[in-house]
Amino acid sequence: MSDQAVPENVAGAEQIGLSAREAKASVQPRDAGNWAAKVERLAVVQRDGVRGTNVAGRRLTGPVQGFGKMWEKTYSLNAGQVTTPQDAIATWKAHFPEFWPKGNRFAGALAGISPGDVALLDLAIGGGVKLSTGVFVLYADQESFTLMTPQGHMFAGWITFSAERTGDATTIRAHVLMRANDPLYEVGMTFGGHAKEDQFWAQTLTALGTRLGVPDPRVETRSTCVDSHRQWRNAKNIWHNAMLRSTLQTLAAPLHRRSRPAA
Amino acid sequence: MGEPTVIMDVRQAGGSMAVVDIKGEVTAACEPVLMSAYEEASSAGAARVLLNFTGLEYMNSGGIGMLVTLLVRAGRQRQQLAACGLSEHYREIFELTRLDEAITIYADEASALADAVR
Repeated sequence: MSDQAVPENVAGAEQIGLSAREAKASVQPRDAGNWAAKVERLAVVQRDGVRGTNVAGRRLTGPVQGFGKMWEKTYSLNAGQVTTPQDAIATWKAHFPEFWPKGNRFAGALAGISPGDVALLDLAIGGGVKLSTGVFVLYADQESFTLMTPQGHMFAGWITFSAERTGDATTIRAHVLMRANDPLYEVGMTFGGHAKEDQFWAQTLTALGTRLGVPDPRVETRSTCVDSHRQWRNAKNIWHNAMLRSTLQTLAAPLHRRSRPAA
Repeated sequence: MGEPTVIMDVRQAGGSMAVVDIKGEVTAACEPVLMSAYEEASSAGAARVLLNFTGLEYMNSGGIGMLVTLLVRAGRQRQQLAACGLSEHYREIFELTRLDEAITIYADEASALADAVR
């Protein structure tokens, strides 16, 4: 950055004896409060109503760490003229779990969505088994927030929920950038998983639209395969597969209960 | 999507490396600007594209997502993507999102160039 481009407060800091480099480092960019602090592994606070397994100690995974084809999916809803983007995101953040389809649980912090929070999830996968996993709040500002997935989740990537003014109306979006986390999930996503996910987010946006007073909310879905290659070096991610682990945990639960001494 | 508030200048730096100087705000809105800069950087056959973030003023999660898409494009062309000039704050974001495992990070352009010609 040229000297002319140095912010005023940096110039001020130089006057009190800091070097230009120190002064620049002391100025936080305006997005600083929106990002979660760096974590190596996730720490979990147990929450009521969810099993809360397969998250503690896991690392975060982005599309770089995933296995399957890379997909970019966008679910959009025209929220009309009355709702502002800020109102839409404030409502979504404060009541996030309430918009999820029935049978799925999202247990986040009581205060809503904040950077650095870890939310625990129980997802309905059929056969009486709940897939127990979680998400990490990577980023949050007044017009968007982003969740990132841990090892073992169905996909490696992030979902950004945003709202913006387009013309006279507010458009609300869920934008997913993901790869299936391992070969088993990739098979599952190929044979019905993607359709199920599309349905999940369409239902979520419809519920949000209804809450915001949108008459007859209609969700538009756009799905693009960004990279058709599979990252075989990440096939070993299957070790953390939360679906397999949740199934085993469900099967083992009666044995655990029997072996526990009576209170 | 809003208007992009970023300027990206492309220059060749030797050692088969092209540099994209990024000044302003990196959000999803600047995807066309980034992709156009990337095409210009690649047109001279660069084996490595260095994103110079010295002038970065703001980045949201949409900006990070865009870099992943760029990474896929670079991979298809068998190009390396590298970054330099990241402040401590933005370096931590690269580490948090684990983008640093795919995009090599250098302290400055000189270090990247030295590595490219080695």
